[in-house]
Amino acid sequence: MIKTKPYTATRNACKMCTPLGAALVFHGIEGTIPLLHGSQGCSTYMRRYLISHFKEPVDIASSNFSEETAIFGGGANLKLAIENVARQYTPQMIGIASTCLSETIGDDVAMIINSMDTSSIPAMLVHVSTPSYTGTHVDGFHHAVQAVVEQCNPDTIKIKYKPRAKKKINLFPGMLSNEDLRHLKEIFMDVKTKMTLLPDYSERLEGPSWVEYQAIQQGGTPIRAIQEMNLATASMEFGSILGSVRKKGEKTAGSWLEHNFDIPCVSLGIPMGVKATDLFFSHLEQLTLKVIPEKYKRQRGRLIDSYVDGNKYVSKKRAIVYGEEDFVTAMAGFLAEIGVIPVLCASGGKSGLLKQALDEIIPKNILKQVSVHQGMDFTQMEKHARELAPDFAIGNSKGYPMARHLGIPLVRAGFPIHDRVGGSRILHIGYKGTQQLFDTIVNTLLRKRQDTSDIGYAYM
Amino acid sequence: MKSISILEKRKSQIYRKGTDEFDMTCEKKSLAGSVSQRACVFCGSRVVLYPVADALHLIHGPIGCASYTWDIRGALSSGPELHRMSFSTDLSELDVIYGGEKKLEQALLELIEEYKPNAAFVYSTCIVGIIGDDVSMICKKVAAKVNIPVLPVHSEGFKGTKKDGYKAACDALFKLIDMNTEPLEKIPHSINILGEFNIGGETWIIKDYYRQMGVNTVAVMTGDGRVGDIRQAKKACLNVVQCSGSLTHLARKMEVEYGIPYIRVSYFGIEDTSSALYDVASFFKDDPDIMKNTTRLVQQEVKNLLPELEQIRKDLAGKRAAVYVGGAFKAFSLIKALRHIGMEVVLVGSQTGTKEDYEVLKDMCNPGTVILDDANPLELAKYVLEKNAHLFIGGVKERPIAYKLGIGFCDHNHERKIPLAGFEGMINFAREVHETVTSPIWDLVPRNGIKG
Repeated sequence: MIKTKPYTATRNACKMCTPLGAALVFHGIEGTIPLLHGSQGCSTYMRRYLISHFKEPVDIASSNFSEETAIFGGGANLKLAIENVARQYTPQMIGIASTCLSETIGDDVAMIINSMDTSSIPAMLVHVSTPSYTGTHVDGFHHAVQAVVEQCNPDTIKIKYKPRAKKKINLFPGMLSNEDLRHLKEIFMDVKTKMTLLPDYSERLEGPSWVEYQAIQQGGTPIRAIQEMNLATASMEFGSILGSVRKKGEKTAGSWLEHNFDIPCVSLGIPMGVKATDLFFSHLEQLTLKVIPEKYKRQRGRLIDSYVDGNKYVSKKRAIVYGEEDFVTAMAGFLAEIGVIPVLCASGGKSGLLKQALDEIIPKNILKQVSVHQGMDFTQMEKHARELAPDFAIGNSKGYPMARHLGIPLVRAGFPIHDRVGGSRILHIGYKGTQQLFDTIVNTLLRKRQDTSDIGYAYM
Repeated sequence: MKSISILEKRKSQIYRKGTDEFDMTCEKKSLAGSVSQRACVFCGSRVVLYPVADALHLIHGPIGCASYTWDIRGALSSGPELHRMSFSTDLSELDVIYGGEKKLEQALLELIEEYKPNAAFVYSTCIVGIIGDDVSMICKKVAAKVNIPVLPVHSEGFKGTKKDGYKAACDALFKLIDMNTEPLEKIPHSINILGEFNIGGETWIIKDYYRQMGVNTVAVMTGDGRVGDIRQAKKACLNVVQCSGSLTHLARKMEVEYGIPYIRVSYFGIEDTSSALYDVASFFKDDPDIMKNTTRLVQQEVKNLLPELEQIRKDLAGKRAAVYVGGAFKAFSLIKALRHIGMEVVLVGSQTGTKEDYEVLKDMCNPGTVILDDANPLELAKYVLEKNAHLFIGGVKERPIAYKLGIGFCDHNHERKIPLAGFEGMINFAREVHETVTSPIWDLVPRNGIKG
């Protein structure tokens, strides 16, 4: 591993703060409005950030701290905010996430809510602790999913019967794109198995034009379905890092349901690449006892056939992979599968589990050429990448300045995509998503070769 | 259609010309839970200081504030581009417990060594005020070591509104100017350009007009800004302030301390750009050539514009526009500019307007126009629909409101990449409005009756 000098400041961060992830989760639940307990700026900045990716309205309310609030506590503001959100949006649920400010002054959101007279508020109140000084947006995301599941399925529920015969699966996909979420729904539809996907912002954050204004866009995981998660046959949780976190005994949505309701939880990496998708489908077959439709076998066949057609253009090529740790792990696994060396795998996240996750997924001969960095920012990444002679970078659009400085193409994937349309329509998962990633990578490399050639042939 | 209800406490911030008695409430904190389009104190400071390209901008706090403001303005620089980097102390839980002073000091020293900026701005974010870090003390300590100005910007997000952030930024700029104790001689016929941020190169357009007029520009605050120029600002005879909401505070301070008078201008639209240039020219009466040059410049520029504007006007005549911007001064200009291309404003609002601003808006607008202070997405959508606008002018957060409802959109905020100021900007503006309003896609959107 090449050493980079430790640096005190973060320069061009490869991460966002925790409440952003929570706000996104709440946008994936039907009739839910996120409410951040903190300064007005947090909500506004995160709205802007999410809008720039999704190109859709992403309303996030704020309890709007003032100086007095910071001194005397945010209870009164939070109550007023809840009332006003309820009045304006008539939501089914208000998802309250804390911020660095409310956490530092020691506001106990649970207590504030519990002491509130909520008789006039028809919405369910769910809260999650997301101090911005711990973890990244991904942690906020997972904590919010876990908090929603826990608060919708309290351990006080006594299960009288388990309609396991109905075969209903809980699926916690992690932070995927809209198109990914739609693809997952399609797969479950095709195997004729009921599934609760949490969160599911694929309709809310990418709907058709409106005839009337929608205070809360249609779509999202129905709250009723979340409340029935304790009746499912099994849960599936995507994300190798999340899986390791669960193994370490930390609470996740899947582990909560397993612990309290005996619902087995299967952890697996995000299904990118043939091998990871095979694993997903094999788990799916085991859990549902259904045969995977021919359609997916054909997709798999075409994908591998295209790997063959394109093998020489990607083999031994060197890639920089960055973003959320789970994304990096899955993407690096896919790249290794097609012969690309993910020479630098970097994340702003600091779970301490990235190296181990990559160990498990990448073959030894490739792994020894991989430099793994957690808690890395784009400035360090760029410096480091200069020593690694990369051919391309793959990740979100925040890596564009780095790729530009390095003079290498950027294949856009993940979140956020702020400099292109259709960022939320990128499909990453399944055989179909892998196909699109593969084609994009090959074509990016071909284009680079063609554009920089003196001759410029019009054939490969 | 289910009508959108307005919160009781918001009603006094909404005015409809012709029917309501004018008694608008404004300049107050946003209502909790109202989903204001405003940001926070930090945002106000950050936008004002952002374009100073050879300064280090270090954000002291957890990572979010720095992440969300990384390279988000189209503020160009003709030289260094340090302002496009995002620096954060990235405070973690332990820092919150034990304090972030050491980390801040270390971060500053390292960054200054590596990037060799000509000054450093240190922005305090929300929790810095709570955990009690003495940012001013650290700044002083570091400044003594590194021999460049290191200026604290007191921009804790919750300590007021965006306007207080403007003020904190002005205070930092003033400190920078005031630190310079060299004897400074006035430069004849010279100005400072305030409240111009060089979005898409606007500062360069404006500066070039002044050059053609024979007026010298000492410092721009802060478009394509340089620490060295800002430190010379006392040499100017006049401060010319655009974006009055943000930089009037500095202009007033400079008037009191250095006796430099100021005028308020706007560079959006033909009328306002012309008046701005004429106002500056009339200030320098002692040199009649300046007025002569100005007249020639304005006449030539306007002559160049008119044929194309006339063409565009034919297509846009009678179309309706909604305007929601940060400062009300920009709204005044936009109303006039829109009239120039035949459009009528049916909704206008701002995040930070004052009572006087809204009075002016009221007088400018036609009966029936809705005026909003510190609005939110629901209100904007409600009135945009009711007024059946063809165009919405705003920023990123307003764009999806317009687009979901099948309405054209023009970005007039800091993220845009094309200059909309000056005469050249007027043509860009007219073209952009024309492109979006006359796009054939509006015929396909469901609100116009086409069923999917």
